[in-house]
Amino acid sequence: MKEESFRRPAAATGIRSLLLVAVFIAGIAAERIGLVEYLSDPWEREYVLFLAGQHLYLVAVSMAMALVTGLATGIIVSRKRFRKFAGVVMYVIGLGQTIPSLAVLALTMSFLGIGSKPAILALYIYSTLPIARNTLAGILSVSPAIIDAARGVGMSPVRILLEVEIPNALNVILTGIRIALVINIGTAALGYLIGAGGLGDLVFTGINLMRTELLLAGALPITILALAGDYLLELLSLLIVPKGIRMAG
Amino acid sequence: MNLFVFLQENYSTALYLTWEHLWMVGLSLLIAICTGVPTGIFITRNKQLAQKVIGGANVIMTIPSIALFGLMLPLLAVFGHGLGKVPAIIALVLYAELPIVRNTYVAIKNVDPALVDAGKGMGMSKWQLLREVEIPMAVPVIIAGLRTAVVMIIGIAAIAAYVGAGGLGVFIQQGIARSHESMVLAGALCVSLLAVAVDLAMGFLERRVTPGGMKP
Repeated sequence: MKEESFRRPAAATGIRSLLLVAVFIAGIAAERIGLVEYLSDPWEREYVLFLAGQHLYLVAVSMAMALVTGLATGIIVSRKRFRKFAGVVMYVIGLGQTIPSLAVLALTMSFLGIGSKPAILALYIYSTLPIARNTLAGILSVSPAIIDAARGVGMSPVRILLEVEIPNALNVILTGIRIALVINIGTAALGYLIGAGGLGDLVFTGINLMRTELLLAGALPITILALAGDYLLELLSLLIVPKGIRMAG
Repeated sequence: MNLFVFLQENYSTALYLTWEHLWMVGLSLLIAICTGVPTGIFITRNKQLAQKVIGGANVIMTIPSIALFGLMLPLLAVFGHGLGKVPAIIALVLYAELPIVRNTYVAIKNVDPALVDAGKGMGMSKWQLLREVEIPMAVPVIIAGLRTAVVMIIGIAAIAAYVGAGGLGVFIQQGIARSHESMVLAGALCVSLLAVAVDLAMGFLERRVTPGGMKP
């Protein structure tokens, strides 16, 4: 016990100083590669911000639509009347998730042409799947005893859904949304290939021209966006998931 | 049905690209198994370490694939391998690591303590326990992790065509660049079929390796 409490702070300072050194080296590398110069050009900076805005637009529109459909699908299929289709729906979702994201983008492009519309459709379809899957799985895994108890105290089906099933499944549902968001941000970077713009523009142009500063100006914000989205949803789940359920999970 | 005409005329290219795709994925998976499974077993001994390792793998998983290629390119360019198969295989190994490590860890952790105790009572050494009790019980879950990993990296390998790694993504890349619709469709179809086929095969393997007594 004593040894443990002695060792931990030392390890923490070690990691912290390593992090500092890493940040320092990254700074030097950014300067040497030309990233700092590139981003301090006001025109270029504006362009990067414009692309980031486009990226966020793609993600926001497709995620909003995916949330509505995903949650609705999950909830409807978990109702008693439709529960017999749950296996089929799960199977179809699993099959859909097997299809690579680039293939989905290519397929939507082949019948909607190029632009942001096919990209949004592809992102929408691709992020609906994990949301629907986790909503369905979360609600189905709520213990029947709890639902029985709720029915016993005279709750209506709607109240059971809102006050028992969803709160109990919330953790799983939020995980699904988190997976969907991260996949969505990453796949939106491929949207450039079918003419939807976004930060992928900088990455692909950087690769094609072998211009490292362009490449990093695209790749770093995409990474930060994905990590931030993941982190924010984790915080959200800490805030809104009822305490008793969190402890159990 | 331009798509079928295209595939008929280019079936040898399609077969070659499929083969290239498969060996990239296979090699990455092999490396990921050789590193991931021992890591997963090792971290069962220390809970704090396990949280850190799985958290780290989670962060890697969160980084979008094209951004990871972008971040690795300048680093690997120093060694002259910025483009091509090397960055692709490194990225595929990194992405495959999380499902493999996590599933191995969870599987070994979830082995019934009573069984381990019984093994101990029979005088098994730690190695014997691992080899004869814990690993056989954990294999189905580890295979399920491999299944997730392989399906995911087949999709990422398609994106790797943009860093010059080859594979079926080449059809999609070239098709988009040339506005050659049936080529794009052929690429998308082949990659999807490959992923679905491998998923089914792994599902079959998963059922085969589950010992009779553990089947539901």
